[in-house]
Amino acid sequence: MGRAVLLDKVNVPGIRDFGVYREHGGYRSVDKALGEMTPAQVQQEVIKSGLRGRGGAGFPTGLKWSFLDRKSDKPRYLVCNADESEPGTFKDRYLMEHLPHLLIEGLILSSYALGVKTCYIYIRGEFKYLVGILETAISQAKKNNYVGERILGTGFSLEIYVHPGAGAYICGEETALLESLEGKRGNPRIKPPFPAYKGLYDCPTVVNNVETLATITPIIGMGGEAYAALGIGKSTGTKLMSACGNINKPGVYEIEMGLPVEDFIYSDEYCGGIKNGRMLKAVIPGGSSVPILPADLALNTARSEARLLSYESLSEGGFESGSMLGSGGFIVYDEDACIVRNTWNLTRFYRHESCGQCSPCREGTGWMEKILYRLEHGQGRRSDIDLLVRVAKNIEGNTICPLGDAAAWPVASAIRHFRGEFLEHIK
Amino acid sequence: MEAGSKIDHHLFVRENREVVFSDATLEKVRSLIRRYPEGRQKSALLPILHIAQEEMGGYLSVDTMDYVASLLDIKPVEVYEVATFYSMFYLEKMGKYVLEVCHTGPCSICGGEEVLQHIKEYLHIETGETTPDGMFTLKEVECLGACGSGPSMQVNTEFHDHMTVKQVEKLIDSLRRKSEEEESSKGWAEQFS
Amino acid sequence: MLRITIDNILIEVEEGTTILQAARMIGGGVVPPAMCYYSKLKGSGGKCRTCLVKVAQGSAKDPRPMPKLVASCSTPVQDGMVVENKISVEVQQAREGIVELLLLNHPLDCPVCDQAGECDLQDLAFGFGMEETETIEPRREYPVVDIGPLIKLHMNRCIHCYRCVLTAEQITKKRAHGMLYRGDTMEISTFIQTAIENDFSGNMIDVCPVGALTDRTFRFKSRVWFLNPMNAHRECSSCGGKVTAWMFGSEIYRVTGRKDRFGELEEFICNECRFEKKDISDWVIEGPRKIKRQSVISGNQYEHLKKGSIIHPIEGTTEPQE
Ligand SMILES: Cc1cc2nc3c(=O)[nH]c(=O)nc-3n(C[C@H](O)[C@H](O)[C@H](O)COP(=O)(O)O)c2cc1C
Ligand code: SF4
Ligand code: SF4
Ligand code: FES
Ligand code: FES
Repeated sequence: MGRAVLLDKVNVPGIRDFGVYREHGGYRSVDKALGEMTPAQVQQEVIKSGLRGRGGAGFPTGLKWSFLDRKSDKPRYLVCNADESEPGTFKDRYLMEHLPHLLIEGLILSSYALGVKTCYIYIRGEFKYLVGILETAISQAKKNNYVGERILGTGFSLEIYVHPGAGAYICGEETALLESLEGKRGNPRIKPPFPAYKGLYDCPTVVNNVETLATITPIIGMGGEAYAALGIGKSTGTKLMSACGNINKPGVYEIEMGLPVEDFIYSDEYCGGIKNGRMLKAVIPGGSSVPILPADLALNTARSEARLLSYESLSEGGFESGSMLGSGGFIVYDEDACIVRNTWNLTRFYRHESCGQCSPCREGTGWMEKILYRLEHGQGRRSDIDLLVRVAKNIEGNTICPLGDAAAWPVASAIRHFRGEFLEHIK
Repeated sequence: MEAGSKIDHHLFVRENREVVFSDATLEKVRSLIRRYPEGRQKSALLPILHIAQEEMGGYLSVDTMDYVASLLDIKPVEVYEVATFYSMFYLEKMGKYVLEVCHTGPCSICGGEEVLQHIKEYLHIETGETTPDGMFTLKEVECLGACGSGPSMQVNTEFHDHMTVKQVEKLIDSLRRKSEEEESSKGWAEQFS
Repeated sequence: MLRITIDNILIEVEEGTTILQAARMIGGGVVPPAMCYYSKLKGSGGKCRTCLVKVAQGSAKDPRPMPKLVASCSTPVQDGMVVENKISVEVQQAREGIVELLLLNHPLDCPVCDQAGECDLQDLAFGFGMEETETIEPRREYPVVDIGPLIKLHMNRCIHCYRCVLTAEQITKKRAHGMLYRGDTMEISTFIQTAIENDFSGNMIDVCPVGALTDRTFRFKSRVWFLNPMNAHRECSSCGGKVTAWMFGSEIYRVTGRKDRFGELEEFICNECRFEKKDISDWVIEGPRKIKRQSVISGNQYEHLKKGSIIHPIEGTTEPQE
């Protein structure tokens, strides 16, 4: 199946080391960009590549970069979002652990394109061991003049620092991340202003996901057009999927966009089918925040077309019968899974992770969790199901940041597709 | 978390113990502060709190936080606000080993619930409690970003994956036997170059 | 100048004006309720979400509607913007949902609350004819925290608007309290046992939209509607000395800052004026103060309100009386 452009060298022994990485073609993209291309040309390749943000929202990266306020005389910042805390998602961790230099290379290229001199990698605190791995990679790159003053003898200088979080999912939201990076509570900011104008320290800032930034490396290597030739439609290139749940082969897989969900679940190359030969019950295809799909809608759209791993196909049918690609956190549930328990579990997560700043999310997530707890523990009332739908609706769209939506969608979609199971819990 | 309604926060007291970092740590702290622009030293708060927690008894006492505030030239309440926001910071003395067990969906459906239950029975403690000998504190945490190798847990921020009832017993037993010298994992200060 | 239409009323405003500010310039029923925004506090707003409005047209240049309701207090006006507040059913429904969520964990202790009669949440809730929520879960209970002899904190009543934190940060010299913990366990606290005492801390009481921060020196606890608010002033070396003295007969029961028709302080006052000057001889009494907000305080309708009675939400909260 598809071509690997990110993980193609992941199995090379010692690839975490600068020397080995270099021997296997590493830092050639930086050589090329700094040697032959202007920053604008680098950005142009990213636009041509059609790359969309891999952090969850799928916003076109080249377009995001073009919003950066270049008129301001303040310094500009690039912040790499390595907070990866969305349940079901562990691809950035895999990438950083095995191919730290691929990310560093992407950071250099992106900083060059954006005119950035300081870049921070904001990594969740639980990935403490990765802080050391990344810092070592940065030091090695620095020794080899790929980071630091006057890189490769050009006028371009760049410092990269790793900054640990300390346990807060909300710090993955880009403005909460910036607050946290400034040493504050992770309260998302009210937008506008957007980070492109007023980001870190009120300076123009771009925040991108680890995978997004690592992907800049092969894009510059192979050219934007060649990258765009991979994938399907507006979902160009490849995507890292982290698969977990009741499958035979959980793990991180690089797929070419457009791979049918069915192949992904059942092929031995990927998830290898449902564990213990059980039946597929449901899938959350893009991290816990996206709507859950029952087996039939996970494999085929409501129009009976094969469901593909792409932004468009996964959201086909809207919230009635579709979901989202999100972060690529692919959670598979077998026939034994209890949807009510799972919904309660995930709602507990959002309740715990709400920053608490705005009232619909702070109060609404807590209320939903309490109701679901009751339902799951046999104390539900019939009216609770509609109450849940109503509370979810009161949160959705009314909050400062999308965590509110992320908490509402799983509840709304679970009830939409599995109402019967909720009813069975009420006796 | 059960559907609780009583919030169990309480006020803390200054013990007025002297808290100071070693010279080596102070040097590290200064170099961390230099990573951020002039006047933005507060940015170094999270990394420094990690180091402080690790080096000052495994939790953040009021004295420790006040000390960190003084290092960064910020108000003590600015540190309290931050320390209470992030789940990796502990406000009270913990056991020697803090077992942080993931209880989120993906781990739960792969046996995580059994593992958690077994730890409670094996150690005779509930979540949030410490064994009487001060060895183990049990915490339930949200997704650790290790869902593919779940059930997952961390012991003092070190990952332990693919937990089973047997595995976790073995782990606990081996931690009991482990001596100080065997503590191998690199501390926070050593992570930064 | 930018032109904006709110509930079919057109007004011209300067660049940088927010929708809420524009609505306040129009006044009357188009003004959305604001529980967290405070014009005199930098960085306030955006949190309570009661001020949500619908932007039916983003601007003249880009006439598309905004996909979600927006917080009017923190959304800048664009030229040619068309906003719906009172006339939008969607807005009213969303707001009702938010008020319900604000009430979810709010103790139903209005009968014993010092703020009763001048509480924005009470006004808002009555406006929607809402006294109860559908919850059967027990309400959140915080442990009692003592923050000193001047100010009483009733954390259970707090709606987490951040106003007192911003006041302490921006008006006083040394902030000793803050927002601690997170999510629905988030609380206003000092973290350590300490008294909040510095020259202007008392203003936290006035900015608090509910009865979470009240005046401990309020003498002979009384329902505010029995008291006569009088404009009063004195020579003060630390503040403007212009206050509202709340009197019964010739006795001063408490002193607060003077609030404008949106419930905001006209000026912050110092703790000496607020807490220490309770004698009529301390003050020059200017005369009765018109309480402009139509709230239970002026309407004196609190006792008569029946459950389910509808006062128009907007008029009920912010419409000026005269
Ligand atoms: C609650 C919440 C959590 C998020 N967590 C992450 C995360 O862990 N990693 C990430 O890259 N993006 C996360 N995002 C998305 C970021 O806000 C942002 O869109 C992303 O970092 C942009 O990068 P991209 O354009 O490269 O995807 C999160 C968003 C929300 C609302
Ligand atoms: S939606 Fe939730 S997480 Fe986001 S700002 Fe509001 S309270 Fe915080
Ligand atoms: S105590 Fe009052 S002013 Fe302070 S956050 Fe709570 S409601 Fe707002
Ligand atoms: S759910 Fe346990 S690590 Fe993600
Ligand atoms: S007043 Fe606008 S959100 Fe609170």
